[in-house]
Amino acid sequence: MAPILRVEGVSKRFGGLVAVDNVSFEVNEGEVFALIGPNGAGKTTLFNCVTGFYTPTLGTVTFQGRDITGFPPHRTAKAGIARTFQNIRLFDYMTAVDNVRLGHHVRMRSRLWDSLFKTPFERREEREITEHSMELLDLVGLKRHADSYARNLAYGQQRRLEIARALATDPKLLLLDEPAAGFTPQEKVELMQLVQVILARGITVFLIEHDMRVVMQASKRIVVLDHGEKIAEGTPAEVRANQRVIEAYLGKSA
Amino acid sequence: MSRVRDFWNSNRRNPNAIAYAIFIIGAIFYPSIVQFLNGGNGDYLVGFAADGGIYILMAIGLNVVVGFAGLLDLGYAAFFAIGSYTYATVASYHLGVTPIGHALHLPFWIALLIGMFVAAAAGALLGAPTLRLRGDYLAIVTLGFGEIVPIVFRNGEVWTGGVPGISGLDVPSLPGWFVGPWIGQDFGWVPDFRFNTGNLTAYYVLMCFLIAITVVLVHNLYNSRLGRAWMAVREDETAAAASGVNTVTVKLLAFSIGAATSGFAGAFYGAKLSYVSSENFGFVVSVTVLAMVVLGGMGNIPGAMLGAAVLYFILFRLLPDAPAQLQSLASALGLDFLNKADPNGWPGIGEVVSRLKYVIFGLILVGIMLLRPQGLLPSQVRKQELKHAEHEALTAPRQLQG
Repeated sequence: MAPILRVEGVSKRFGGLVAVDNVSFEVNEGEVFALIGPNGAGKTTLFNCVTGFYTPTLGTVTFQGRDITGFPPHRTAKAGIARTFQNIRLFDYMTAVDNVRLGHHVRMRSRLWDSLFKTPFERREEREITEHSMELLDLVGLKRHADSYARNLAYGQQRRLEIARALATDPKLLLLDEPAAGFTPQEKVELMQLVQVILARGITVFLIEHDMRVVMQASKRIVVLDHGEKIAEGTPAEVRANQRVIEAYLGKSA
Repeated sequence: MSRVRDFWNSNRRNPNAIAYAIFIIGAIFYPSIVQFLNGGNGDYLVGFAADGGIYILMAIGLNVVVGFAGLLDLGYAAFFAIGSYTYATVASYHLGVTPIGHALHLPFWIALLIGMFVAAAAGALLGAPTLRLRGDYLAIVTLGFGEIVPIVFRNGEVWTGGVPGISGLDVPSLPGWFVGPWIGQDFGWVPDFRFNTGNLTAYYVLMCFLIAITVVLVHNLYNSRLGRAWMAVREDETAAAASGVNTVTVKLLAFSIGAATSGFAGAFYGAKLSYVSSENFGFVVSVTVLAMVVLGGMGNIPGAMLGAAVLYFILFRLLPDAPAQLQSLASALGLDFLNKADPNGWPGIGEVVSRLKYVIFGLILVGIMLLRPQGLLPSQVRKQELKHAEHEALTAPRQLQG
């Protein structure tokens, strides 16, 4: 399997603080890849470097063989990287279906002219993305709530809606930032099923997760960060046995 | 037939559809009603409404910037000025007196479009460096821009006519126009029609027509890819960017489209008055239009239009008439002493009211906002936002006072 995402020697400094320190790894096409680490290890910072919210201080990010280091977020989205946020970021006062329709923005081809005069092309495109949005809502189990405002949805529904919006950008790689945070065990099982469905659609999944059971079950390979450094990489079994990982999570034994 | 019924059923509970229907019917019957009520001498009222249309156009445009995209623009009148002056430059004798020495008289509609595009370009030019700013900072920059532009026009010497401004602008013209008994002539067709102050109904009709076009176009934009992106940027810029929206471009488009509408209104205003001067584009105009949008219902096109109509009526009809009205009311009630001016104290009720004009205006604004904080005709979103804010204020734990 070819690597879809290659992170090489990425560092991110904020003044004197080194949030991510010379991290390298590869995410292969079609796998579930996990990034774990204690709080403050730099996981979300690394996500932000990949999706263009931060420009890495050093290092390069290569996506499908193309250097995307320093691309602004909308260009990484266009290139085929979608993401969700640790603290859910939906458009609260837009309906669920409008949230997902917005996700299609980057793939739509209507120009200002088409919008101004409602050309047949624009009408058709709107109809198509509305249908597609309903399909995606169905996929995450929110079809019934299509016309609810995002903020009126339950917490778990909001997390799933965010995934649907990310899928609407037609990504090749989906970054999920702690998708199971605050979920009940039942919801976690459902989420993992959803991840499998996403994989089956040919989308590679790269996730940050705290729940070890979820990570160990779902992912093929894991990278562990601590204090911004990569301390381990490997299969769940390898990582679990790694001495440095145990120390990072449980503290060094005396 | 069934399609008509479906349309009726799906819209009869939609406040916006009802508002549009009332606007259309009102606009059609307004001239005949005021003429009838004033015994055929209501022309000035028709002209009054046509002038109000300028504010309605501006409110629709500012609503795109403030209501849709959530960008606070306090210098909106600058684009109005740019539209006016552009029209004045390309459609008057003015260029003849500048060092260019050759006057330009472009046809009315082309000049109008040029005014619009120049204003849109000015919007993009101002927006490009400043739209990285958020909230209050953007408001301050636009406020500065709004102050600078009239000053530039005032000091532009021969190019802008300086303090007196430019006069003798070409009046609007059309290839032809219907005349009929409503202006006291037989039915007929006037070719190469030129608008003049003797035919204010023509201005009025043209204004309604321009507003209708603007509403349709802005409405289309709102219900499109771009309209959704505006909403998304207003709600959460980060999430919008992650979903693939180029936030800078989208905000720039909001700014330019708002500016274009204002420039369009400005060009028409210049053409109608046949005169432009930097005195007409001050901060007060920007703030008045903003008040119209907020009071009418931010983010809702008919709301902004209603707000513009109501405030225009209050500012330019109710308040100027108030002193005389109150004087006659006082004498009708036998309270003549209220009208008597005392050289050492009480200046008479009419004088008091005209001095307190803007205080009364402020009180009216405060009163409306107290009664309808969401605006006269709010968008669904705005209604929801306020409801939740209220709910949160009630349920949030009260902060302990130090």
